[in-house]
Amino acid sequence: CVDQLLEVSYVLSQGCSLHPFSLFGSVLLTCPTAGLASMVASSRSYADFTPEKVDLHRLEEGPPLTATLTREEGLKYYRTMQTIRRMELKADQLYKQKIIRGFCHLYDGQEACAVGIEGGITLSDHLITAYRAHGYTLTRGGTVREIMAELTGRRGGIAKGKGGSMHMYTKNFYGGNGIVGAQVPLGAGVALACKYLGNDQLCVSLYGDGAANQGQIFETYNMSSLWKLPIIFICENNQYGMGTSVERSSASTEYYKRGDYIPGLRVDGMDVLCVREATKFAADHCRSGKGPILMELQTYRYHGHSMSDPGVSYRTREEIQEVRSKSDPISMLKDRMLSNNMASIEELKEIDIAVRKEIEDAAQFATTDPEPPLDDLCSHIFANDQPFEVRGATPWTKLTSTS
Amino acid sequence: MVVLEVSPISTEELWSSVSDHWVLGHPPDQGLSLLSAQFGRAVNVRDALNQAMDEELERDERVFLLGEEVAQYDGAYKVSRGLWKKYGDKRIIDTPITEMGFAGIAVGAAFAGLRPICEFMTWNFSMQAIDQVINSAAKTYYMSAGAQPVPIVFRGPNGSSAGVAAQHSQCFAAWYGHCPGLKVVSPWNSEDARGLLKAAIRDDNPVVFLENELMYGVPFDLSEDVLQKDFVVPIGKAKVERRGTHITLVSHSRCVGFCLDAASVLAKEGVECEVVNLRTIRPLDVDTIEASVMKTGHLVTVEGGWPQYGVGAEICARVMEGPAFNYLDAPAVRVTGVDIPMPYAKILEDHSVPQIKDIIFSVKKVLNM
Repeated sequence: CVDQLLEVSYVLSQGCSLHPFSLFGSVLLTCPTAGLASMVASSRSYADFTPEKVDLHRLEEGPPLTATLTREEGLKYYRTMQTIRRMELKADQLYKQKIIRGFCHLYDGQEACAVGIEGGITLSDHLITAYRAHGYTLTRGGTVREIMAELTGRRGGIAKGKGGSMHMYTKNFYGGNGIVGAQVPLGAGVALACKYLGNDQLCVSLYGDGAANQGQIFETYNMSSLWKLPIIFICENNQYGMGTSVERSSASTEYYKRGDYIPGLRVDGMDVLCVREATKFAADHCRSGKGPILMELQTYRYHGHSMSDPGVSYRTREEIQEVRSKSDPISMLKDRMLSNNMASIEELKEIDIAVRKEIEDAAQFATTDPEPPLDDLCSHIFANDQPFEVRGATPWTKLTSTS
Repeated sequence: MVVLEVSPISTEELWSSVSDHWVLGHPPDQGLSLLSAQFGRAVNVRDALNQAMDEELERDERVFLLGEEVAQYDGAYKVSRGLWKKYGDKRIIDTPITEMGFAGIAVGAAFAGLRPICEFMTWNFSMQAIDQVINSAAKTYYMSAGAQPVPIVFRGPNGSSAGVAAQHSQCFAAWYGHCPGLKVVSPWNSEDARGLLKAAIRDDNPVVFLENELMYGVPFDLSEDVLQKDFVVPIGKAKVERRGTHITLVSHSRCVGFCLDAASVLAKEGVECEVVNLRTIRPLDVDTIEASVMKTGHLVTVEGGWPQYGVGAEICARVMEGPAFNYLDAPAVRVTGVDIPMPYAKILEDHSVPQIKDIIFSVKKVLNM
């Protein structure tokens, strides 16, 4: 069966406003198989349109202006983004029920970033991000069950309940980091290890518009460039660092240029294909030994900074609504696939139902799994060590730590 | 009650009267004294550290050193002399003056499977990077429930030096000793330096390694056993440097030497001090301290750092809370640095740090002499 392809030319947005994605042409032939909706061949259509380039800094060329999306990829991206969306909304619900406590920074609205980035690298590459990390934990191999159980602080959580929302780890995924900006030098260290070990892997180091002004990030730009580390710096610019808009926090809001001597590009972070192509381009740059590169993804978060923030004191509800209606990443992908006959409405609805079920099951697990045993209180202080005594709250409370 | 005047004694006078097994006859930085072959050889602390790193770099390819001036300058204090020539740019890395950045890079490299040695030119500069040491290194194994170990060594000179004034003289033993997830060691002599550094590099956990600049040039005998490539000093075990019966002196780093000096002077008056060299600040070897206090009934702690919330304070609290309290014949007491930023003028600096006379004075007070 021939994979159904979609030839897509895309317009990449410029500046701070988010343009809906325009679609040119469609192709494709069908090979109906059991269970698949049949596709109708349509003729290519062209429009008179000059695509705008992606914003480039110190780069002669950017990522290609056309991308190929297979049906399989489209469905995968759709499902993953929908899973992140539903998972985050469920977390919102559980937080309001006080079943999740403490910090909870939700990713809904930004799904195209996590999913697109993963589409441009492989699981043997490395990734590190800040505290808005649930989406990445999923794309990096975590399951919804273990993510949600970590949020509810249960023993089945991905960090056995010891870490919480901001401290989830998987193979080649180094969290989840609570201290703004600290993850960026850490990511460069991972990249240094990749270069040192000569394994052709790279590290994606993410940070937000708020973190972009951190000194340690500029220190990292410097060392990464000096030593030509295989690192992709990615600024997820969602327009607000907590309650402070980019105009109020940054003398320069062109985050893709802030790396100065580091080549940079800025793309629409609401479009999963744009993100993927930019990531592929950046990954090629790194793997060819040219050193670091910086990507700015223009994106948006629907929720406030965290669950403690209603998110409307520093921005208008109208703005949030406008982004939702015009630039929602999941809707954009859905529309693209539907209008190009890559999937049927029923099929996507089935995915929605399956995702809903997965989330419900995970939430059920996350609310019924027991909390960690008290024996675990002092464990995991040191790796590969003999058990040792830990002082409890009183001198008579002697606890034991095991590795 | 008789109050004894203790006249100040010069270092040279003191050192000439100490017992045989010391090799201190030579002023610091004038090379090694010749010693009879039966004792192995004399190695100063700097060379002990250098040899330890050299051997560990050779033993494990994942080990590498980064920091300011560690490569082409041979180390700001020459501790890494010769290593860049031998191992090259890949394994001995000169960094720009960006502590927060390079400490973070070092921790990230440890995440991804390397075994970095991150040098701070002095521990004062670690304050720029302390978030990476504590939040990124110390806590990660716990937060990840054991998924992410952090095999890293942070090392550099700690505490007071000579004439470097307030911003370059702070002791960080208490700061880092406070934090779970870190091992904190503070060697005194060359055997400590060699064995603890090897242990630290081989340890799969973050180790804060507090050296002392004034000890770098001081030579000590190292026996053949100590010079073996696999010689390690276990982290978390104190060493009784001198046996005694009347009082316990607990110390770390350079002050151990002062305690031994004080002990020699006091021995002439019939007071036998037991001198415990902590070697490790965290985890604290409470068992050794308690065993000694239960024997002698008296305790004086000696440290270079400030008194408030310090190493001595912790030792006293632990002794209070444990079985050794019932054996104390007098309250435990601390000898510490003076509670001020370090001044520059020599006379003021000399009076800002614990001197041998302060230790002798405190022992006599505690023994009610």
